[in-house]
This record gives sequence, C-alpha cells and structure tokens, in this order.
Amino acid sequence: MNSLNYAVADSATMLRRNLRHMQRYPSLTAMVLGIPVILLLIFVYVFGGTLGAGLGHVTHSRAAYVSFVVPGILLLTLAGAVQATAVTIAMDMTTGIIARFRTMSIARASVLTGHVLASMIQSMLGVGVIIGLAFLIGFRSAASPLAWLAAIGLLALTALALTWLTVALGLAAKSVETASNTPMFLMLLPFLGSGFVPISSLPTGLHWFAEYQPFTPVTTAVRRLLLGGAVADNAIVAIAWSAAVALGAYLWARHVYNTRPLPVR
Amino acid sequence: MNCSAHALRPAAITVAGLRKSFGGKVVLAGIDLTVAEGTIFALLGPNGAGKTTAVQILSTLLPADGGDIRVAGHDPATEPDSVRAAIGVTGQFSAVDNLLTGEENLRLMTDLHHLGRAGGRQRAAALLRQFGLEDAAGKAVSTYSGGMRRRLDLAMTLTGEPKLIFLDEPTTGLDPPSRRTMWEIIRALAADGVTIFLTTQYLDEADQLADRIAVLDHGQIVVEGTPDELKRQIPGGHVALEFASPDDLVVAADLVHATSRDDAALTLQVPSDGSLDSLRSLIDKLDVAAVAVTKLSIHTPDLDDVFFAFTGQSDSRNPDPQKAVTP
Repeated sequence: MNSLNYAVADSATMLRRNLRHMQRYPSLTAMVLGIPVILLLIFVYVFGGTLGAGLGHVTHSRAAYVSFVVPGILLLTLAGAVQATAVTIAMDMTTGIIARFRTMSIARASVLTGHVLASMIQSMLGVGVIIGLAFLIGFRSAASPLAWLAAIGLLALTALALTWLTVALGLAAKSVETASNTPMFLMLLPFLGSGFVPISSLPTGLHWFAEYQPFTPVTTAVRRLLLGGAVADNAIVAIAWSAAVALGAYLWARHVYNTRPLPVR
Repeated sequence: MNCSAHALRPAAITVAGLRKSFGGKVVLAGIDLTVAEGTIFALLGPNGAGKTTAVQILSTLLPADGGDIRVAGHDPATEPDSVRAAIGVTGQFSAVDNLLTGEENLRLMTDLHHLGRAGGRQRAAALLRQFGLEDAAGKAVSTYSGGMRRRLDLAMTLTGEPKLIFLDEPTTGLDPPSRRTMWEIIRALAADGVTIFLTTQYLDEADQLADRIAVLDHGQIVVEGTPDELKRQIPGGHVALEFASPDDLVVAADLVHATSRDDAALTLQVPSDGSLDSLRSLIDKLDVAAVAVTKLSIHTPDLDDVFFAFTGQSDSRNPDPQKAVTP
C-alpha cells in the first residue's frame, strides 16, 4: 500500500470508530435529529396558519407555509447536526486517546477526516428525515431530479463548511462543555435570515444582517431549486460562502490540531 | 545487569542537552540520557520534575527547544513518522476509547496497524488472553476497573509490537495487586527484548524494575546509575533506637556512636550494616548498661535515601508503607 492508500484506510477506520460512537451514544444523534423534527412540527402546526397568511396566502395558508419553511428547517438541521461534532471532537481532544493517535504512525489527518465524514453522514441523515417528514405533512415540489440533486448538493456543501467550522471550534474548546456551547450561534442564524419569514418583513438593521449573512443565500437557493424561481445569483453566493467557510475552517482546524497542547492532568 | 553489559548494547535512545521551556518556565534544563536496547530505564522524580515533558518530546508529541535526540535511530523533530513506527506509548492519561468494548479498542489498533481482518482478529484475541481481559472483551471500557483499563491501554500500545515503549507513570493510581500485575507484565516485556523507558514517582518501582535509574529534579538529572550504584553513593544503613526516658538516651549516647540524636523524640540513629553480629553487639552493650529501649528498627539504604541525598527533599508523597523504616 502507498501512503494515499494508508490515508484512505486510516480515515475509513476512524469513520467506523465514529459511526460506532453514534451507535453507542444514540441520545446525541437522536437529539440532533429530533430537534429539527419538533421545530418543523411546531412551525407548521402552531405558527403555520398565521405565518402562511402573512405570506399572502389567504386560503391553505398552513400548506403554503410548509413549503416555505422546509429549506429553513433543513438549514437548522445542518446547524444542529454539527453541534454533536464539536462535542465528539472535544471528547477526543480532552482525553488521552488523541495522544495515542498522535504517537502512532498513521495518516495524521485521519482523526479529523473520520469525524468530518461521520458528521456529514449524520447531517445528510437529518436532511433525509426532514424531507421525508415534510412530504408526510404536505410539502409538495415540482422540481426536476436535477434540481433536487442540486439542492442536496448545496446542502451537502453547506454541511461540509459547517462541519469543518465546528471541528475547529471543538478542537479549540478547552472542555467538552465549552465545545457544546460555542457552536450554538449557528442554530440562531437560520432564524435571522430567510429561513422562516421573508427578509423583506424584517426591521432595517436585521434586514441588512439577514441579507448578507451566509445562511440566507443557501436557504433561498434551496427554496428556489425546490419550489421554482431564479436560482443563479443566490446559488453562486451560497457556493462561494460555503467554499470559503469550509476552506478557512479547514485551515484553522488543521492549525489547532497540530499546535494544541495535549491534555494535562 | 551491570553497566559493562550495557556498554556493549546499541542505544535505543540517546539524548544530549535536551532543553524545554513553557512560556519562560524552564521544565528541562539540558538533560543527557542513554538507554541501551533491551533494558528498562526509569526516570524518577517528583510531580512537576519534567518527566512527562521528557516522554512527550521523545515520543514526538512535543518539539524540543534544543538538544540532540535519537529515538530508535531517528530524530523525532525531523523524522517523526520513523520514530512513531518504532515506538509504543502509554501515557498517564488513559488512552482508551470508553465508548468501545475492549476488543473493539484492540481492533481499532490492529486496523490502524493495517494487520488485515484475520490478522487483526488473531492479534486482538492474543492480547486479550495475554492481559487477562478475555472475559471483559465484549464489555464497554467505561465499565472497566482502573487496573483493567491500564492493562488494555498497554495491550493497545503493544498491538504493533514496538521494540521500544514509553510508560509514563504506569502504576500511578493503581491498587497494590494491579500494580504488581503491571510490574510482572513490564518484566515479561523486558525479558522479550523490548526496551522500556518508564517514568515513576515511586522509588520502589524504579528499584524493582529498572536496570538504570536517572533521578530528575527541577528539570535536571541529579544522579544516574544502576540501583546498586545509586545506593552505594549514599550513607549506609542504620539502626534507629527509641528510649523510654531522657536518662536512657543519655546513657546510650555515651555507649554507641550515634550519627544523629533527637532529644525530643528520644531517638538515636546508629550506623549498622544490618548483620546479626553487629546487632547482637549493639544489643549486648545496651543490655549491660540496663538501658530501656522501647523500639528498635533496622533501616537498609534504599532509593528514598538516594532521593533525599541528591534532591535535598524527602519523598513524603510516596504512599507505599514498605518504604517506611522496615523492622
């Protein structure tokens, strides 16, 4: 085997380890998948009638809101799924296992790639659960398979960016508790954008923030891919944001991983 | 083992002038070490002496500030992967995965050593057997006792059959039976030709296991040699006598050549080689003068004395009751 084969083999081993963790510690997975499910149901069945009316739909306002809110909930799902990544990374970094991995002749990046791959699987699992539930409660889309593929691809790219960001946050956190708190702001961002209401309804300052924050173009692009509308501008901005965050966070994570002091007693 | 035998063996580790500081605080102030292949080397010192830092530098976890280092023939700074391929490390921190079972932990290691499916299964089974963990193989490590966890930790370190292993305080926090088990495992490894670099704050542990000992204090090696060499460098043994009254103490002090006298505690220390003859002559002298001795204890030189002699502090942290004056 050459070094690339070793890198792939070691990353696969680390991925298996992380997937086994999910299996052993299902409450964390259940929580990150469960919260968006509950929020979807609350937004549709509690707020949906009123919010749908606010969108200008006098009749069937709840059904109209389902379609509107699903992209927002999908972004919330991604933001929620990566909370678990920060926690699992910090659990590794604050125990002796990381020192063991670092003194072994293994592909150095495999520890992080294992976490990233597991997190991506968890995120996309969440996306699948939400889309399935959305259809059950009235979401309808006339999008072509290609548009669906593009929407899923955009969500996956966003998940990658958010995963590397939380990997870096988890690596930088001094404790598991800190790691579980610092990525919380990501859960707020879908609310402060186009996820739940049109940004035109927001007050000036918030409107400005919502217009320029990265979740808005992703939400809008996914919405238009699934429900129709001009996609190009938003998609380009969304891809640029995701690629920039993924790259920046990757470099930050790599730096912290290589320089972070080991756990001390 | 004597030192001439060591000189014939190639060195597994050589260190010259190793320095390390953390934010202006000097942790290692230029240490020199040589560890011969197939021997057990103990780095002995109190908490904060710099033992763990030394292990972390030698095992590629930390960069050194200065010094010339060769571990298994390679420089950890420039060829870390060659060093890593040759060594195994068991740190102070338990380096096991708590969410996995014992067997899964070992399979994680066999996978990372690319032993293949069948090879990995065999190696894991052999290690579980060797370390007495067969019954617990399928249980989550979070349910393991401290001793089991440490054994699994070491089994994981040995998965790749390293020729050189670092054990950072391998028995700290273990109960006496687990500690003895760990000592047996370490001796068996050495008998198989594995070079062992261990750190400890237990003087008897170094005495029991090591071929050579270096005493580290405040980032410097204050003395280095075989356990016997170290013991030869310190004053010999003595008999401690405790008396019933100050009068007895005064009478006895005139009869024997005491090296130290404590009037408050009513004690005298008399140099002695601990032989029956010397004890008999001492007791005879005291009997003739009808001195009332309430307690007599024999103190043979041990590493506690070494530690006191070379670092200027007694090791009150040592919890092992065997280290107290042995009758």
